[in-house]
Amino acid sequence: MLYDIKLKVEYTFQTPAAGARQILHAMPLTIPGRQRLIAGSIDIDPQPAMRREREDFFGNRLSDIAFNEPHSKVVIGLKARVEVTGSAEPEGSFGRPASASPRARCNNRSRTPLAAAFSAASPYARPDPAIADWARAKSRSGSQCGEIVGELGLALHREMRFDAAATTVETPATEAFAARHGVCQDFTHIMIIALRSLGIPAGYVSGYLRTLPPPGQERLEGADAMHAWVSAWCGPGVGWVEYDPTNAVFAGTDHIVVAYGRDYADVAPVRGAMRTAGGQTSSQSVDVAPVGA
Amino acid sequence: VPTSATAKPPGRSSILEGYSALPGVPDELLRDDGTVRPEWVSLIAHLDGLSPAERERAFARGAQYLRDAGVFVRHYGEEKSPRDWPLSPVPVIQPASEWQALGEGLAERAELLETIVADLYGENRLVGEGHLPAGLIASNPEWLRPLVGVQPASGHFLHFLAFEIGRGADGGWWVLGDRTQAPSGAGYALENRVASVRAFPGYYSGSNVERLAGFFRSFRDGLNAMRREDGSRAGILTPGPMNDTYFEHAYIARYLGMMLLEGDDLVVDDGRLMVRTVSGPKPISVLWRRLDAAWSDPLELEASSRLGTPGLLGAVRSQGVTMINALGAGVLESRAFLAFLPRLSEVLHGKPLAIPNIATWWCGGEAERDHVRANAGEMLIGPANSTRLPLELEPGAVLRGEMPDTGGELGSWLEQEGRNLVGQELVSLSTTPAWEDGRLEPKPMRIRVFMARTRDGWKLMPGGFARLAATSQDPSAVSLRSGGTVADVWVVSDRPVSDDTMLSHADEVFVRTSPGLLPSRAADNLFWLGRYVERAEGQMRLTRAYMSRLPETPAGGTPLMSRLEGYLDDQGLDISEGVSATVERTIAMAVNAANQVRDRFSVDAWASLADLERTVGNMRKTVVPGDDAASAMGVLLRKITGFSGLVHENMYRFSGWRFLTIGRSLERAIAMADLLAAFAEWSGPHGGFELCVEVGDSVMTHRRRYPVAASRDTVVDLLALDPLNPRSIAFHIDEIRDQVSLLPGADVNGQLSELSRAVLRVQSELSVNTPQSLDQSKLVELRQAIGLLTNDLHAQFLE
Repeated sequence: MLYDIKLKVEYTFQTPAAGARQILHAMPLTIPGRQRLIAGSIDIDPQPAMRREREDFFGNRLSDIAFNEPHSKVVIGLKARVEVTGSAEPEGSFGRPASASPRARCNNRSRTPLAAAFSAASPYARPDPAIADWARAKSRSGSQCGEIVGELGLALHREMRFDAAATTVETPATEAFAARHGVCQDFTHIMIIALRSLGIPAGYVSGYLRTLPPPGQERLEGADAMHAWVSAWCGPGVGWVEYDPTNAVFAGTDHIVVAYGRDYADVAPVRGAMRTAGGQTSSQSVDVAPVGA
Repeated sequence: VPTSATAKPPGRSSILEGYSALPGVPDELLRDDGTVRPEWVSLIAHLDGLSPAERERAFARGAQYLRDAGVFVRHYGEEKSPRDWPLSPVPVIQPASEWQALGEGLAERAELLETIVADLYGENRLVGEGHLPAGLIASNPEWLRPLVGVQPASGHFLHFLAFEIGRGADGGWWVLGDRTQAPSGAGYALENRVASVRAFPGYYSGSNVERLAGFFRSFRDGLNAMRREDGSRAGILTPGPMNDTYFEHAYIARYLGMMLLEGDDLVVDDGRLMVRTVSGPKPISVLWRRLDAAWSDPLELEASSRLGTPGLLGAVRSQGVTMINALGAGVLESRAFLAFLPRLSEVLHGKPLAIPNIATWWCGGEAERDHVRANAGEMLIGPANSTRLPLELEPGAVLRGEMPDTGGELGSWLEQEGRNLVGQELVSLSTTPAWEDGRLEPKPMRIRVFMARTRDGWKLMPGGFARLAATSQDPSAVSLRSGGTVADVWVVSDRPVSDDTMLSHADEVFVRTSPGLLPSRAADNLFWLGRYVERAEGQMRLTRAYMSRLPETPAGGTPLMSRLEGYLDDQGLDISEGVSATVERTIAMAVNAANQVRDRFSVDAWASLADLERTVGNMRKTVVPGDDAASAMGVLLRKITGFSGLVHENMYRFSGWRFLTIGRSLERAIAMADLLAAFAEWSGPHGGFELCVEVGDSVMTHRRRYPVAASRDTVVDLLALDPLNPRSIAFHIDEIRDQVSLLPGADVNGQLSELSRAVLRVQSELSVNTPQSLDQSKLVELRQAIGLLTNDLHAQFLE
């Protein structure tokens, strides 16, 4: 599947912001066997004084940008062509049968702090007793890891109401869970907390979702902005699987990965800091069109 | 030198009488057999040579020094009333030979820590090979992912360390905890030393107590040697005055002669770190940070931080700045490391730790968990990744296996939470004599020692910062967690020591160095300090003028008094109070501004400002309107001019002083224009001219210059136009013009700056006037024009 992706992010400041710096996580990754970035560019207006591309801890691509002159508006425009050749659904076996101890289930034996990072608490995905209780109740003992991911994701999708107005970036996942509403970010964080509470390492995937559905299929939620879903480690036999709880599907060829992290904080599309007295507003638009479709 | 403790004058009892070690616990002063350790002998003899009254006076001198110097303890959440520094005057004495061995052992430990932290931010082999649990590192909040793979510019992660040490029951030293992030306490150790020198004036100079200055000089030289070769500087990064150890940051900055900077003073430009100064951005390439890493860059670390510098990590990544210590080095402060260091020493150095650390078990392993469960009665179990000091109680910690009511059963807690817990042995520590109620008492103690990487390798400070428990009852280290006192640590050589100072040696070539850079924020605070001090003085003069007239004012009042009441009211001065809350507030603002630039003041100037604040606070409670208030204002005026005198007599004429002076002149010119506009009317209330002369503190001058009674002409001439009267508007406009012309950027390519032009306009406008032409409306215009200079100043220097 070949896609042309466009992202436009606009920031407006009440009073001109001086010395603004930003980190962008927006360019799709190349993942062998899964997706390939064919071409991509990011245009920024006004022209930043400094711009550097580098890789972060998790292997994501990011851009550092800095402005010297004060400005009251920034427009970031991304264009990318990506070929998607695989999916992140579990293939064949769903992993080793879970043992009696939840902690031992799907245990990650990998001896690197990179993998271990996905087991520990992170700023937006801290342990929560209510979510842990829920996760225990919804996962059948004896299930295999991949099944648990699918079952939990489906259960979450059934209980939660998608509501773009109910939460903000700052709403804690526990609050969104208590009210059973939110957006893809909330769905994803809740599921990460749930999986980690069962001993399954889990992380946050930020990316794009095909905007227009193939003929005869429904449009997916979250397609008009950057999207988020869950990545879970199902042991060395199965590896990482990705599940989109907002749409109750394993991430397939409609999902285009930009970045992996422990939670939103690691992969926020635009992270910035500046000196400004007033507030700011921002808007985002995304267009993901299949080429030649 | 007396050789035994019995060298006391006959008939007087030794202070050692009644002092004895606690059973089973080593004592720093006494050997097990009750005899005095040799390094203490001469100090005890000295103390025995003093009468009890002399002794108390000597100790009081030390305490007085600390109060005068403004050394205090502030805790977050306690906005007001920082507490007195609880110094026990009797130092802890250690023989130099023992200190030497300690230094060698701790240098090995420092190298071990350096190897580990370099691995954690580099190849991660220790985790990969199973020597450290991956999960423990991953959940360590100080393991900063954005810094993984970043090589420090200096080639080293660690440059300045502190170790908490205590002497165990076997008489050997134990490390209780490692401080690798931004250790505090070295400045307090210096201050404790100054205080103990005061307390032992005749004794210290002839003693063989090793001096501290050499240690700091080597460290500073090491910092300077790490600077990039682009004329860049080294500075100290502080979280600011609200931090509980800010005093120390300012003290160290002054002591080392380094710039004290806050995150807001810095900007990152093209991978280089710059200080925003009144002369424009200037490069800085070495930062001794006293700010925890997580707060240092809101762009990549804690996003809510207002203490940091956006983009700092970018500068670190491009090796534009060396951080002391490297950002992320705090990962080693986690308690759980103590469980792995003994093994890591074997693995990496091929030998056991030279100085052992307190026995610690990470409960993530089954065998360790079982051990902790079985021995919980002798342990403190707490969060594995806590960076608090060893054996400190905190939420979630369990002492001696006593679970809280809601905590459930110990075994299942360990089973559930083991990965996040460590058990630490409750060691008992040696005692040292503390001075309490006129006698010596043995108190458990621990010492914070400091180690610096110098050009000659790791160096241990010959001294330290001892903390003494409040109680003698419990020798376990837990008793040290709160309360108690602190003490200086003397390392005594058996040879005479050299009198070392921070100053250059006489045999070095003399170079007059240029005065340091002035960060814009510091300039801003100095400017406002000048304004607030002057404003407070003006408020005092006005209050005194009113209060001294009050007793003779008839019941119905007079036109002058009612106008004065209105004028005071406009200034926020409440005439129903003897000392108005507004005066107190203005002084508090001055103190606040001074506090932000504390590194730039002498101890005397600071003490006099603090004294002023205290006095106003006390007067507010007792002074009543009328004569009482008038004379209180006299006292305050003498105190505030004392501060101004100290500043203007003693402060070097660098840019900072100019900003202070401009602030003072601006405020005084504004206040005078206000006063004249209100009271120097041709047809104003009777007595208005005299009031102006009095508030303008020019009574004597007026009498000498004009053989007539005060009239509008004489008053406006003297207080507005006379360039020789230090109370006149003209005098201060001249002063502002002089100072502005000496500031950096007074002219740009031969053209006057905006500010210089604005000052010149005010000056020439004023100088063409006569007392007759400078009427009330002109005075009001003049006041506004002077007020607007603040904006120009701000735009040119302070943004």
